[in-house]
Amino acid sequence: MSDSIAITKISELANPTRFLALAGRVLPWLAGVTAALFMIGLYLSFTTEGDYQQGATVRIMYIHVPAAWLSMMCYTVMALSAIGTLVWRHPLADVSHKAAAPLGAAFTFVALATGSLWGKPMWGTWWVWDARLTSVFVLFLMYLGLIALNRAMDDPSKAARVSAVLILVGFVNIPIIKFSVDWWNTLHQPASVIRMGGPTLDKEFLWPLLIMALAFTLLFFTLHIIAIRNEIWRRRVAAQRRLAARLASREA
Amino acid sequence: MIALLLRDLKLSVRAGGGALIGVLFFMTVVAVIPFGVGPDLNLLSRIGPAIVWIGALLSALLGLDRLFQTDRDDGSLDLLLMQEHPLVLTVFVKCVAHWLGNGLPLVIASPLLGLFMNMSEVAIGATMLTLLVGTPALTFIGAVGAAVAVALPRGGLLVSILVLPLAIPVLIFGVSVSYAAVEDPAPFMPPFLILLAITMFFAVLGPLGAALALRSASD
Amino acid sequence: MRLTAENLGARRGEDLLFQDISFSLDAGQALVLTGPNGSGKSTLLRVVAGFLRPETGHVALTGPDVASGVKLAEACHYLGHRNAMKAELSVWENLSFWKSFLGDFEGGKGLPVTQAAEAVGLGGITHLPFGYLSAGQQRRIAFAKLLVAYRPVWILDEPTAALDVKAEDIFGGLIRHHLSSGGILLAATHQPLALESVKELQMKGFAAVAEERW
Repeated sequence: MSDSIAITKISELANPTRFLALAGRVLPWLAGVTAALFMIGLYLSFTTEGDYQQGATVRIMYIHVPAAWLSMMCYTVMALSAIGTLVWRHPLADVSHKAAAPLGAAFTFVALATGSLWGKPMWGTWWVWDARLTSVFVLFLMYLGLIALNRAMDDPSKAARVSAVLILVGFVNIPIIKFSVDWWNTLHQPASVIRMGGPTLDKEFLWPLLIMALAFTLLFFTLHIIAIRNEIWRRRVAAQRRLAARLASREA
Repeated sequence: MIALLLRDLKLSVRAGGGALIGVLFFMTVVAVIPFGVGPDLNLLSRIGPAIVWIGALLSALLGLDRLFQTDRDDGSLDLLLMQEHPLVLTVFVKCVAHWLGNGLPLVIASPLLGLFMNMSEVAIGATMLTLLVGTPALTFIGAVGAAVAVALPRGGLLVSILVLPLAIPVLIFGVSVSYAAVEDPAPFMPPFLILLAITMFFAVLGPLGAALALRSASD
Repeated sequence: MRLTAENLGARRGEDLLFQDISFSLDAGQALVLTGPNGSGKSTLLRVVAGFLRPETGHVALTGPDVASGVKLAEACHYLGHRNAMKAELSVWENLSFWKSFLGDFEGGKGLPVTQAAEAVGLGGITHLPFGYLSAGQQRRIAFAKLLVAYRPVWILDEPTAALDVKAEDIFGGLIRHHLSSGGILLAATHQPLALESVKELQMKGFAAVAEERW
């Protein structure tokens, strides 16, 4: 009994109109908290001391690490939405994973770009085929592929279902890719790879990092809700246009 | 099911089938490499297994979009979807037929290309063995892409983009097993068994995903 | 055996093509869908055949002679616009593939391949590749596919397109035989089929834009 009540609650919340109303109420607060956290986080990032080995470049980490975490969390959100699409056939789940894909690609790109900036002074090169870099790069490719797939199809609900299948297959595959890339790397490269993180983090670095991570997470959810809202509006406009076209042909 | 296997095999061999094109593409890709990197035999024998594997990967992708597309074009796919045989099994059989028609010829052609690349006998044998074990995984994982492509007005290239990242593990282990057979300190069995495991894993996951995508994409 | 549909509604993209369509057919009855192009005839047939999930309502096959848990699609033959035949294979290979792949639904038996080809008047050319046949002949062979495996429900989408009068007569005879032996027929067509006592369903097309989703 309580089960079914919980399910009705969720599906009531997931009704697009209700979602829009809720999003309208939550968004200002969410955006405000995100901005505040970013201010604190950035202030801390720039005022804490630099690492004695890495100097000021260590500050890149405060952007880089949260972005990398987010790139993975975003895929998890997409996989959950994909299950919603395939199992419950809920339109909001369709919209959710479609809206998340560009965000995931953006965060992954930020992670790769900042990593590259950090790598130049530290490793002396913009890019190494390090296991971690490589698997993040593959993740980036998967995001781009999913965006391309969504754009290639005309029927949005069919596009959602098909890309949901692909998201799930990819999700199952990510651990295998990660594992195989680790294996590949240990086999091909000497063990001289400089590990990220270097010395164990002490409190000096930990606090700004955690606050920035929280700020990034909230930023993701803010952007995600906005993107979902835009997509719903876009579909409503499309439905109205379609209706106008059909009515015109009926009158003629 | 056997009827389906035989029909798909006949189709891949008859006129218009993709089997020959795949092998030709494979040979062309591998034959072009020496022109790019130069005719240094030592270098070629060192990168040989990797080149042969990449060539096989690309040519396996080449014929994949036809896996379900031809059946969709003439309406057969509808009837395949309607039957009570589990769709996963139908997809699996189609994959096996596709591999026999398109993948196996690549495996058979690989020793010749190994000779071109100045690879040792052991390396040639190892590469052929890994291709035999690994290419089915490419077909199974590609089946998901092919099923997705059915829903696309213009599929072709997008399938390769979607499938290639997923095929990376197969490539990694295929190549490292081939090298392990030649280079002394590297162990041969562990990566070989992992490659086998990956193939079996995709033999389950691929048809499952493809069946799901076909159901979703039908209209 | 009874085929019932209740309150069917289906979408095509974002358009709701039809809603609240109900009908029921007993053994030996036929339903013909008429209406202009794009009115949802094919979509309704594809919903019944199980390719499209209906937006609302459901279809089911019931009756004492139907085992429980049988999916409707398993009891159906579907003949769409395309013939589901391979041009590279011979007529005989095509038909015998479908015969062994489809198998028989319980309660009946399909004809042997040669006999089915004779029934559509093309018994002499089963050795030819399917691609060499004319459009009308190809359609007839596609029809012979319905005979090689037994299915109680036939779903035909524009079965008589690309056919001359003589072939239409053959089709009419086969359909009448199917109905008289207890089959059910669902067909969408522009031309009237030579059948007596059929139900007719007029499709109007475009019920609404499915905007309430959003």
